[in-house]
Amino acid sequence: MTVEAQEARSPVPTPGDDVLRVEHISKRFGAVTALTDVNLYLRRGEVLGLLGDNGAGKSTLLKILCGFHQPNAGRILLRGEEVVFKSVDHARSLGIDVVYQDLALINELTVFHNMFLNRERVRFRLLNNRAMRKLARQYLDDMGVGIPTVDAEVAKLSGGQRQAIAVARSVYSDAKILLLDEPLAAMGAKEAAMILDLVRDLKEKGDVSVIIIAHNYGQVLEICDRVNLLQHGGITFDKRSAETSVQELNDIVIAEYRQALRERHRAPQG
Amino acid sequence: MSETVERSAETLGPPAGKPGEGSGLGAFLKRGGLAFLRQREASIFVVAVALVIYFKIAAPAFTTKLNLVNVSQGTAPYAIIAIGEVFLLVCGEIDLSVGFIWALSPFLMQYFIDFYGIPVVVAIVLAILSGALIGSINGLVTVTFKVPSFITTLGTSFVIFGFMLTTSHAQARGLPAAAVGIGHWFGTFAWSEIIWCLALVFFFQMVLTRTRWGLHTIASGGNLLGATEAGINVARIKVGNFVITGALGALAGILEAFKNSTIDPSAGGYTPMFYAVAAAVIGGTAMAGGSGTVLGAFLGMFVLAILSDGFNLLGISSNPYQIILGIAIILAMISNVYLTRLRRTGRT
Repeated sequence: MTVEAQEARSPVPTPGDDVLRVEHISKRFGAVTALTDVNLYLRRGEVLGLLGDNGAGKSTLLKILCGFHQPNAGRILLRGEEVVFKSVDHARSLGIDVVYQDLALINELTVFHNMFLNRERVRFRLLNNRAMRKLARQYLDDMGVGIPTVDAEVAKLSGGQRQAIAVARSVYSDAKILLLDEPLAAMGAKEAAMILDLVRDLKEKGDVSVIIIAHNYGQVLEICDRVNLLQHGGITFDKRSAETSVQELNDIVIAEYRQALRERHRAPQG
Repeated sequence: MSETVERSAETLGPPAGKPGEGSGLGAFLKRGGLAFLRQREASIFVVAVALVIYFKIAAPAFTTKLNLVNVSQGTAPYAIIAIGEVFLLVCGEIDLSVGFIWALSPFLMQYFIDFYGIPVVVAIVLAILSGALIGSINGLVTVTFKVPSFITTLGTSFVIFGFMLTTSHAQARGLPAAAVGIGHWFGTFAWSEIIWCLALVFFFQMVLTRTRWGLHTIASGGNLLGATEAGINVARIKVGNFVITGALGALAGILEAFKNSTIDPSAGGYTPMFYAVAAAVIGGTAMAGGSGTVLGAFLGMFVLAILSDGFNLLGISSNPYQIILGIAIILAMISNVYLTRLRRTGRT
């Protein structure tokens, strides 16, 4: 898909081009409503930035899209067909993979076991450690992650290295839709550049679609084709990256903060 | 992504060491020694060897056949249930009831044979499956109602104990006549217990270290949320490990009944379970979950059995053995914590 082709398309999405479509999704946890009515679409080969304040429900939305949570209402369309993700494994079998904010790494296991966690290579019912070790090494080298040995326990690694392993695990899983929850959070400038390069590579290949949650608007606009803002349990803002700016995004979020502050002051005391 | 990659590969992470420095026999031994010490079972193995040497010198009778049978029988049944406790501790659970499954299972075998006329082999299998069933109840209650397994299995301990006392009228009895022949496979033959034990230790050490089940057991205990997020069915892993423990408890009980030629309501109980947990901990299994070793637990139980037996040979009362046992557990835990930190800081 070329840039021109995307530019030429009307802002109203045509369903056939959406690899993923979310309609009227809501999610409650007991008395707390995390998402009220989320509508969102993701096109094939597109990188979508998902922004929003802390606690806006971004991670909850991603966890619904990867099958970890089940929504209370609404529906999800995958390549035009309605699906109900029964589990993380189910969503994964349909080509959706996720990097969680907490990374979901097991400290006690080695780097290569973590990279193949729950999709282990097996021979005669025994773990094929040799194959996993070799592939893990190859993936990390491809990405340019400097980890001396894939036999190290991940507890030994730095925050950035851990994050790189979690990202590598998903990126090399052959997923068609990648969900990245703050993949740059623990990263220094160089490591962040490495992840951004990786996403750019995926984008060039064209058939992997990505949703990224991030807080650095500069990075988001640099890497994403389009940004969505999640506020008050729904998507309130949907613009192509070229049509918005760091300034505009900052203004919206600050305005929301001021509004909330005013309402709190206006609320009756006691 | 070519140049940036190469640069970042050099700058990211600590620099790789230079393995293979030095040459010759000395360096080889040093490398081999370090590789050995890196193994979780290393410290307990050294302790076991030292104790064998010490008692061999201090009490020549230690290596007589009769005494070795004693040590093996003092190791095997406890080590068998320790296998189950290792799996449970690694995935973050514990089973206090396994000693009562041990007590109940030979009675179940006898009921099946004498009251229902079931063939002996089938009765033994059914008794072991009953142990597995009790394990599955322990597991399902724990994961479904989110009751700590300490409490679940404390409760089922009393239930199983009460069921055993009620159905047996708290009366000891001999083995069913039909079962005596096959008993040679199950504890009557002097070495049969240790043969069962070693086969099971080998098998379950493989399961823990070389299969998906073992890996997912470690993941569930190491990072419960992370394992769930990775799509691992944590509840299935935990229930499965309770089932394994229950079945092993039943087998250990049957072996002991055949060895003693009697089915005794005072067999089992909390004592074997605590020995098994102690053996697991001494052998290098973390109570907090996420790491453990079946082989280490076996060696741990072996050490406890040697201590008990050796004290006996030296003419020391078995009473101070309890003091040694207690100190050994605490020292093992301290060295465990220390060794883990050593491994983590990357000096190995």
